[in-house]
Amino acid sequence: MTLTSYLVLSALLFSVGLAGALTRKNAILVLVGIELMLNAANLNFIAFWRYGPNPELLTGILFTIFSIGVAAAEAAVGLAMIIAIYRHYKTTNLDHIDSMKG
Amino acid sequence: MTLPFLILAALTIAGAVAAMSFRNLVHCVLALTLAFAGLAGIYLLLGAQFVGLAQVLVYIGAIAILTVFAILLTRGTEPGDFPDTPASWRLSSVIVVAVFGVIVWAIRGSSLSHRALTPKPQVSVKQIGEALMGQYVLALEVIGLLLTAALIGAVIIAMYDRQAK
Repeated sequence: MTLTSYLVLSALLFSVGLAGALTRKNAILVLVGIELMLNAANLNFIAFWRYGPNPELLTGILFTIFSIGVAAAEAAVGLAMIIAIYRHYKTTNLDHIDSMKG
Repeated sequence: MTLPFLILAALTIAGAVAAMSFRNLVHCVLALTLAFAGLAGIYLLLGAQFVGLAQVLVYIGAIAILTVFAILLTRGTEPGDFPDTPASWRLSSVIVVAVFGVIVWAIRGSSLSHRALTPKPQVSVKQIGEALMGQYVLALEVIGLLLTAALIGAVIIAMYDRQAK
């Protein structure tokens, strides 16, 4: 396998996540699309680490571990916000959440 | 080497497409775990065992379960989620195809793409732990602080109930 196949797989995954984030109306599914895009970025880190000139430096692995940690924090706060918004608007449809005044 | 990659790649993409296209939100998250599992397999294939296991623990074990809880708490299985206007579909697909085209064009034009595979590096958990406690200790502390803040923030955001006051 060459680096190209991993990069194309990552681009496909990113595109699927982007399509979901753009077309779906449910806030939770938009968050899922963003998670898919983050995973595509992680795959790029690992692929470049493996095919890079010195993989014994562990840079790609450690960056990916920190990236997974940030993604976990983002998912927790995002889902908490969606639950708070649902409590206020009684819906998670993004088309109906269109005012900022509480 | 090629066949496992193709199987895992097909699994990942199929899971991702299913996660973004099913109507029932719980089915969407189940398909999402399939995509995460396929990615974990690809990490193992690339020799990053620790990241593959972290992917299983964090994404499948925590984020997918958290998403299912959020769906059930918000009764997200209600219908009418799909966009009914073709205009939004058309604009979105144009954007997605353009983004994918630009990325693939950049990959094909890069000289990095045909780099030969170096021998598989032996990465032990001990090495990762030493790197985390040595060179990357500041980043580790910062991410610990970030996770603590996110945990407290998530609890406070979800706990506050205007009606109950």
